Amino acid sequence: MTGTAAPLFAGTSLNARDRKIEWLVRALLGLMTALLILPVVIIMALLVVEGGPVISWEFLTTPPVDGMTAGGILPALVGTVWLVVVALIASVPVGVAAAVYLSEYAPDNWLTRAINLAIINLAGVPSIVHALFGVGAFVLFFRFGTSILAASLTLAVMTLPVVIVSTRESLQAVPRAFREACWNMGATRWQTIRRIVLPNALSGILTGIILEVSRTSGETAPIMFTGAAFFLPFLPQGVLDQTMAMSLHLFVITTQVPDAPEALPFGVALVLISMVLAMNALSIAFRVYVRGRKKW
Amino acid sequence: MVAGGAPNGGGASAEALSAKVVVQNLTIRYGNHVALRGLDLSIRRNEILGVIGPAGSGKTSFLRALNRMDEFIPGMEVEGRITFDGRDIRRVRNVYALRSRIGVVFPLPVGLPLTVYENVALAPRLRGVRKGSELDEIVERCLRRAALWEEVKDRLDSLGSLLSGGQQQRLTIARALSQEPDLLLLDEFSIAVDPVTTMRIEDVLKDLKNEMSIVLVTNLVQQARRLADRTAFFLTGEHVETSDTARIFSGIVKDPRTHDYIEGRFG
Repeated sequence: MTGTAAPLFAGTSLNARDRKIEWLVRALLGLMTALLILPVVIIMALLVVEGGPVISWEFLTTPPVDGMTAGGILPALVGTVWLVVVALIASVPVGVAAAVYLSEYAPDNWLTRAINLAIINLAGVPSIVHALFGVGAFVLFFRFGTSILAASLTLAVMTLPVVIVSTRESLQAVPRAFREACWNMGATRWQTIRRIVLPNALSGILTGIILEVSRTSGETAPIMFTGAAFFLPFLPQGVLDQTMAMSLHLFVITTQVPDAPEALPFGVALVLISMVLAMNALSIAFRVYVRGRKKW
Repeated sequence: MVAGGAPNGGGASAEALSAKVVVQNLTIRYGNHVALRGLDLSIRRNEILGVIGPAGSGKTSFLRALNRMDEFIPGMEVEGRITFDGRDIRRVRNVYALRSRIGVVFPLPVGLPLTVYENVALAPRLRGVRKGSELDEIVERCLRRAALWEEVKDRLDSLGSLLSGGQQQRLTIARALSQEPDLLLLDEFSIAVDPVTTMRIEDVLKDLKNEMSIVLVTNLVQQARRLADRTAFFLTGEHVETSDTARIFSGIVKDPRTHDYIEGRFG
């Protein structure tokens, strides 16, 4: 439009600088992300290379022998499943119910805020402190002894805040307009929760629970004094039995069994981390599936 | 019912007797902000009451108070007395029964995350209708009335939120009708609806008047003129006047500000 022949979109010195900064920022952020992935890759590679040869059907289906220097990991594998399942049975109903109350019913007052604060603080308590609490409360006071029940309840108390927070976030992700539309039609709180809120929050709640499982299965400290055994070649028969567990077994053969072949701990670690990653993958797959059919 | 001062007590005027809803000295606050001040107004049976006024005049707050929405809107405080069929709505124990008799449609459609069918079947289900054939019949009737049936009859099982904005608004209207309300509150229902469909819905509203009272809050002065039997004019929380629509639009007003507003001189 002007008479001069300045080319269209010719950069000024200012936006040349902006573009350089843009490039730098992007490179820097990308580098940080790459650094983040590095440990995961290295750990997995190490475990597969070192521990891979140990893994066999026999390894998964027989108990340890020869002072845990040989044999398999069956009791630890089964024990971990027991611990996680019982912990879930205890923590999920309580955690989900509390989250529904806090999200859908609780008035915004000092008591609710105090409870929320308590939940956040509970999530920050170190696991070894939970372990001592578990000994005091479940092993001694409730006289469950060192048992799956005591260990699982300790795990449940420890994971409760995370279940509550993830459930509450899933509930809050359902737009409030849906609730109001329902209330305006004369629906009660519970009718609204049952017909609108829960069906749409369910996927998020389940995702949170699955992630919880993966976290619980790796915990060592809370079960160490409350129910997990050093060595027990039998499978547990009930919740009042002690049991071996993958995480503690790994700790034991690494630190307490000097004669164990070097590859053995890597094998155990590989099985444990595979369990955890499988759970996480399941949770991710679930989320992708649900996002595909999101209803708003 | 014959409490002193109640407009439907002994010797009540014809006005009070025919009123569906009587609002007395209604003041609505949000914290320090007064949204509506000392409103006295009645909604007659089988009438369309138009409510006009510029933004921030308290029209929406008025609708909210009628449905006791203040209970879930943080900070909203309601004073004054509202009677619905002669009963003080503040004292109605079963607020769910009250709300189920009042259909509400807001400016932006809220398609519940359900199928088209379930969106409309929800209210009947909540009041205990179980039979499939009965639900089918209600769903079809309500969708027809909301001028939506022809467009969705082949996709009743797809999600309501997949409909276009205008269709979702008609779905919202169908849902409100599925409550079989005595009172229908419409807050700028046509904002997301195309003009042709708006006209079709307006025709439906004229029919619905035979079965219920309708409060039509609208920014379109001409819409009030087309539909409303009486028109109320609100201005910054003040109820300026309410009069027969024909009178107001022929220039017979008690307050010159009403005339200025409908002539488009401010607002």
